[in-house]
Amino acid sequence: MPWDRNQMAARAAQELEDGMYVNLGIGIPTLVANYVGDKDITLQSENGMLGMGPFPFEGEEDPDLINAGKQTITELARTSYFDSATSFGMIRGGKIAAAILGAMEVAENGDLANWMIPGKLVKGMGGAMDLVAGVGRVIVVMDHQNKHGDSKVLKACTLPLTGRSVVDRIITNLGVLDVVEGGLKIVECADGVTEADLRAATEATIL
Amino acid sequence: MNKIFETPQQALEGVLHDGMLIAAGGFGLCGIPELLIDALVESGVKDLTVASNNCGVDGFGLGKLLDTRQIKKMMSSYVGENAEFMRQYLSGELELEFNPQGTLAERMRAGGCGIPGFYTKTGVGTVIAEGKEVKNWNGQDYILEEGIFADLSIVKAWKADDTGNLVFRKTARNFNPPAAMCGKICVVEVEEIVPRGSLDPDHIHLPGIYVHRIIQGDHEKRIEQRTVRKREEAQ
Repeated sequence: MPWDRNQMAARAAQELEDGMYVNLGIGIPTLVANYVGDKDITLQSENGMLGMGPFPFEGEEDPDLINAGKQTITELARTSYFDSATSFGMIRGGKIAAAILGAMEVAENGDLANWMIPGKLVKGMGGAMDLVAGVGRVIVVMDHQNKHGDSKVLKACTLPLTGRSVVDRIITNLGVLDVVEGGLKIVECADGVTEADLRAATEATIL
Repeated sequence: MNKIFETPQQALEGVLHDGMLIAAGGFGLCGIPELLIDALVESGVKDLTVASNNCGVDGFGLGKLLDTRQIKKMMSSYVGENAEFMRQYLSGELELEFNPQGTLAERMRAGGCGIPGFYTKTGVGTVIAEGKEVKNWNGQDYILEEGIFADLSIVKAWKADDTGNLVFRKTARNFNPPAAMCGKICVVEVEEIVPRGSLDPDHIHLPGIYVHRIIQGDHEKRIEQRTVRKREEAQ
């Protein structure tokens, strides 16, 4: 059985170490926060906050307190606020240890595409390009294949890039792959998925 | 020198002209200068270029200036919340310059600090780098981005004293300080003007040197994505 969304998030949470400052993207990456356990992790929201708390109780929403997905959230005892230039200064400056992000395509050289499909509605890259260029480690969490069954892990991206050679690790419903010299390396297969299954489902070069 | 004005209309008097560049604070609908946007609509000033992370939503925030066709060009990182924006953009009525979010914030900050350009690795190897100078340091490519020097900044803060010292609240700070810094004239709307001396000088987020005009007013502060958890989910 390939991993489901929650299992992928739980696997991604294993990437995080005590004391890390981390940025989580929208979608499955957001679920990672549910699986950090006892680890002391500080979540960044790139609009200008470190120490992001859970959603507020009904009736306690504060319009001045939102995350990068514009959802109402809460603060924690450790929380700090700052302006967006400072926020992206810490991203660009490599102070954020890791970003866990969704993707449309990842290439074997670490190229990432996750912001634009030509011909479709273009909404913008938001902070994605800054994050992948700046943070210490970029971990992609996504389904291995699109809804037509085509590999999203490619020799080369077909969509406009968010960043060039920026991805370090790919976690999909089928397993975990690292971007290394010359291609991808299998780190782990999902429960019940064989290495042959993973290779068959992947267009990119697996060493 | 008096910085306090009675109404948003008065605070914008004499500073508006067609074709001007306005830097606006706010992220989504959080911390947007909603009263000054309303006053811009009322003024009829047109052919505006607006540097703002987003462009409001249909009928609220900067979206109101789209409805009246007063905006010629947006400099933004994300505009996905606005159907009228898409309609005008796809029909060619509206120009759009995408900026990565951090690049946009830094372009404003740089402009306010007298820095006409800076190099960043954000966007290297993407469409954002097209046509931009590339420079290599220690094996890493960087692209040249330009500071934004706006004619006018419109900003929302929580509190101001009469000298323009500002305090923001939670994530409503966002783009407001860098937007405030990059304008020749900065007009700020606040929820409360407090007496001089009542703000702790150590707790000022933006010093009054950046602020030229201040108004106080009531804010709707609309929530874009109301997300909550049930009480029984708590530990």
